[in-house]
Amino acid sequence: MERLMENLLLFTFILYLCAFIAFAIAISGKKIKDQKKKERRWGNIAIGVTIAGVACHLAFTITRILVTGHFPTSNMFEFTTFLCFAIVLAFIVIFFIYRSVVLGAFAMPLALIILAYAAVFPREVQPLIPALQSYWLVIHVGLTALASGMFAVGFVAGLIYLINQVGNQKQGRNGFFLEIILLATLMFVGFIFTNLISSSMGYEAQIAHIVDGEQQVQSYEIPPLVGPADGQVQKMTPFLGLDKPLMEAPAWMKGHESAKLLNSTLWGILVGLLLYGLIRLIARKRISSLLHPLIKDWNPELIDEISYRSTAIAFPIFTLGALIFAMIWAHEAWGRFWGWDPKEVWALITWLFYSAYLHLRLSRGWHGIRSAWLVVGGFLVIMFNQIFINLVVSGLHSYA
Amino acid sequence: MIENTKCECGHNNPIGTILCEYCGKPLDEGQQEKKSIEKEMRYDGVARRSQKKEQNFLDRVWSFFSSVKVAIILIVITLLASGIGTIFEQERLTGSSDPESYYIEKYGVWGEWYYKLGFSDMYNSWWFATLLAMIGVSLVICSLDRVVPLYRALKNQTVPKSTHFILRQRISHQETLKAEDKEEKWKKLIGALKKKRYEVRQEGNSILAEKGRISRWGPYINHIGLIIFLVGVLLRFIVPGWYLEQALYIREGETLRLPDTPYYLKNEKFTVEMYEGEFSNVPKNYQTDAILYEKDKNGQLVPVHRHAIRVNHPLEYNELFLVQADYQMETTGLKLKVIEKQTKKNLGTFSVDFQKISANQVYKVGDLEIRALEYYPDFVLQNGRPATQSQEPNLPAFVFEVKAKGANEGEKSWVISGQDTSSLTPQNKYEIDLEGIETALSSGLLIRVDQSLPIIFAGGFICLIGLVMGFYWHHRRIWIKYEDGKIYLGSHTNKSWYSLRREIDQIAEQSGLRLKLTQE
Ligand code: HEM
Repeated sequence: MERLMENLLLFTFILYLCAFIAFAIAISGKKIKDQKKKERRWGNIAIGVTIAGVACHLAFTITRILVTGHFPTSNMFEFTTFLCFAIVLAFIVIFFIYRSVVLGAFAMPLALIILAYAAVFPREVQPLIPALQSYWLVIHVGLTALASGMFAVGFVAGLIYLINQVGNQKQGRNGFFLEIILLATLMFVGFIFTNLISSSMGYEAQIAHIVDGEQQVQSYEIPPLVGPADGQVQKMTPFLGLDKPLMEAPAWMKGHESAKLLNSTLWGILVGLLLYGLIRLIARKRISSLLHPLIKDWNPELIDEISYRSTAIAFPIFTLGALIFAMIWAHEAWGRFWGWDPKEVWALITWLFYSAYLHLRLSRGWHGIRSAWLVVGGFLVIMFNQIFINLVVSGLHSYA
Repeated sequence: MIENTKCECGHNNPIGTILCEYCGKPLDEGQQEKKSIEKEMRYDGVARRSQKKEQNFLDRVWSFFSSVKVAIILIVITLLASGIGTIFEQERLTGSSDPESYYIEKYGVWGEWYYKLGFSDMYNSWWFATLLAMIGVSLVICSLDRVVPLYRALKNQTVPKSTHFILRQRISHQETLKAEDKEEKWKKLIGALKKKRYEVRQEGNSILAEKGRISRWGPYINHIGLIIFLVGVLLRFIVPGWYLEQALYIREGETLRLPDTPYYLKNEKFTVEMYEGEFSNVPKNYQTDAILYEKDKNGQLVPVHRHAIRVNHPLEYNELFLVQADYQMETTGLKLKVIEKQTKKNLGTFSVDFQKISANQVYKVGDLEIRALEYYPDFVLQNGRPATQSQEPNLPAFVFEVKAKGANEGEKSWVISGQDTSSLTPQNKYEIDLEGIETALSSGLLIRVDQSLPIIFAGGFICLIGLVMGFYWHHRRIWIKYEDGKIYLGSHTNKSWYSLRREIDQIAEQSGLRLKLTQE
């Protein structure tokens, strides 16, 4: 059964990858006469493969439920995998409203990145602690993930809009920040790559240090460029001749995993920059201008509307899942419906941010570029909550 | 700027009206020049109180709070403040009695300023509450300011509109149409509109097709939901007895009064269960088997409710809410041994239970009878005299009397936990020493009364209904007019223009209008 589960996930990944390739083929190529026909044909293939992928992902989710006995949203691996599912599902819904092939060419890579990110986390099955033993786990976390998936599609559309409008601008703030966002995405990919490659090669290092008067050991799965302050190397596979960390984390970062996180972040930045440098070297262009030709012929008004529409669809779902149901569950489990726990606060911030976006758009006429930046920002807030708050700021919600 | 409120068509409009309520023609000369009246279309140009020209103080306050710009600013400030509150943990969570030095010690200068600026207790600060209150006021005023005009606009819709009105819509179209073709096209047009689920009204040579009007009420309902929510939160602070939060630790077998309530609770059994095998460090269940009592007229405890309180399965009884929140190991007593000093022989042990200490209680060890003459749960010396700091057994100390059976006189013996007391009474025959401590699990429960919960959740759901109405429907209107051999079409929506265009394209295709608004 567990073999089947692993294989289903791998198969899901492959199908998403194929769907991405098909979408990419659909939108690439010169605007020849047959372009429309080719686009339609490959678009149909692509969406078919996407749906097959989602079905496979669903099968994975069901086997995981059978294996673990609970709905798979209880730790980082499970939640992130489910988020990927939500993104693809949301994309399919939007695709059938607007039939936008270009959206797929950007939504699918995002789904792939998120799925790869899930693989960074430990995959073993853990039993549920009492606080999570509730059907609200499915309802609250599931709905929140579905809403986040929909917001993610809004983000993708926002990004496409920006590339469409300012991708070929060599000057100006819009072009610059767009490039920064793309670079940050590359760094995120870099972070995932180093983690996956290094841990699959079985890299190991252990460094002991003192936290609040107690010795703790940090196990690294990627070579420690940064070790904890006053750390003692206990064991370390040499890496390029390196047998102790290159430098130490600042002393105030004394949380028990923070040096390790700093190290992974640093690796992400380095590898991201490296990839970026390579792309610049080969293409001799900004990434945004590299992508621009693929998108420039698409109707910007349509893309703008897709980004708004996805966000508008997601907003009520988010309100229900991440706030109302969250409050009901918190009331049952902890006796208070709201406790200003960091995770809760960031759900509120996400909600306030998008409500500001909606008011700006509807009542103050912020369309186009400004609106696109806002949906990009909103998704960054969501990811910040998912990644930073989960991993760094501890609160009631950090179970994983 | 708007002086005359009577339109050319003869309709009398209220002061402040921008577009004639009857025929839709702009009333203001300046407006008539404009190419588009999209902005004015939001409330179909109906007058709003906040846009009155002459303003007294009250009007200014009204305008301030009815402004969406102000609302957005308030929302953004609340958002930023909430975010700042998560940079360091809030005071409540530090468990420190001296938060200032806690923050300084832990975060240095940053911590100091965090504390000084009041960020460390952000969500309970008066100004955070003020922000929420201002959002509330803004919600009320802005809804009142707009809901009436909106109601008027949607209620009073007339079918024939001036061509001026139609042609200045964001979507507009005109084409020549021969009179003899008109009838057929008209029929096809109405058929196509109906197929797209438009509600079609006809008057002479004019059509008004409309759908999704419900969408327009969405924001008001969602704002009303938010107002109800905020009122619910407010009530907790102002109605006495409306809100209560207390932590309570209760040991197995114990019956305690629930503070500030008329109830008593017995903990019959408390269970901590772990998973088996590989995950033996992961908790599986915390459970308090509880009985809830009320006192009857004679002061007798009468059981009224039984419940196994578990995490996610609280006890609910009327307004009372008991949640499994925590547990702790409590020291319930000491196990002491008696030693004959000369022979160093252990004569046996006895246990004292902190809850049941009285001078009448006799502990028997062999032939000896032992009584606790004095008991200091939290021992200190004050001016050389023994005293207790609290009733918690943090540092229990005793004076025991040890007496051989039948003897008149016993000897006094000190026991202070953690200290060697044999030097205090060097002549004693017996010495009492600590053998061990007795512990029991004490279940940590949270006692909650929150009478505003129904209001708060109702507010949440009303807000949700409004959101769904507002976002999953779209208000679309299409005006069509035939005049002097020409057909005019204008259309308006509150959002998703592209979809509207695509829909109109389809309608045009089905009815044979030469109209193409979208390309991919
Ligand atoms: C956190 C609080 C708030 C939330 C979550 C919220 C939510 C919303 C939403 C979802 C919409 C619909 C937007 C759309 O259809 O794209 C809306 C519209 C609107 N909101 Fe709010 N709102 C909030 C506070 C306020 C406040 C304080 C005001 C006061 C000025 C306000 C004024 C408006 C107005 C005027 C509209 C447009 C209504 C129309 O279509 O006629 N909102 N709001």
